[in-house]
Amino acid sequence: MFKSKKIAKIGDLCVACGVCVKECPLRAITIQTGIKAKVCLTTCVGCGKCSKACPASVIGICDREVLHER
Amino acid sequence: MKDNKWSDYLWIVEITYLVLGFFNILFAWLGMIFFVTPLLISSIKGNKSYCNKYCGRGQLFATLGKQLSRNKPLPKFMRTSYFRYGFLTFFMIMFLNMVFTTYLVFAGTSNLSEALTILWTFKLPWAFANTIDVVPWVAQYAFGFYSVMMTSTIIGMTTMVLFKPRGFCVYCPMGTMTQGICKLKNKGAL
Repeated sequence: MFKSKKIAKIGDLCVACGVCVKECPLRAITIQTGIKAKVCLTTCVGCGKCSKACPASVIGICDREVLHER
Repeated sequence: MKDNKWSDYLWIVEITYLVLGFFNILFAWLGMIFFVTPLLISSIKGNKSYCNKYCGRGQLFATLGKQLSRNKPLPKFMRTSYFRYGFLTFFMIMFLNMVFTTYLVFAGTSNLSEALTILWTFKLPWAFANTIDVVPWVAQYAFGFYSVMMTSTIIGMTTMVLFKPRGFCVYCPMGTMTQGICKLKNKGAL
């Protein structure tokens, strides 16, 4: 069972700057390949801090169910 | 409480670099470190850890932005790939132009111009220079490179104030280049 119904979703125009990584209080975001940030599905609670800080405005907060349907 | 590491204070290095240019323009050559290191890291390790952890300029914008930024989203056109790659292309053309100017001084065709070129347009006479001890082309490159660094700092600061603190990261030419290298590297092309 997940902690929250919400989750962060990273858009394709992510520039992998790392702002979201520093902002996330749960350390749920990583950038491994230098292309795009990745959200840990189990850790993220969709608090929206990353979305607010993202300079490229590519992080949205959506429902987990919607994300799973895709 | 958040644990701060040494790499969280690299914004001090960035400020020091910009200040040193006021004492002697030849310190501008140190800026090559900020230019080469991200390219080496992305080429060798295939990641953007320079942007993520070690970019003093990004840290400086983030630090100042806490107080000075309006925290508004960047205009949509500035977030597109066209703008990012367009700005990178423009930046590289102007960089090559600067290298060519240095070559002209090296070849003896032009004289040393003791001025900064801010925003690729405005000539700013630079009295803080001690270029007696070096050959003219070394000083010319220093003037050119420091102009590039000052220009990108001004653009970054403006973006920081008007939009989000690290808004410049969205279209930073180094960031665009390193991301491109990472894409090629992770596809196995490099």
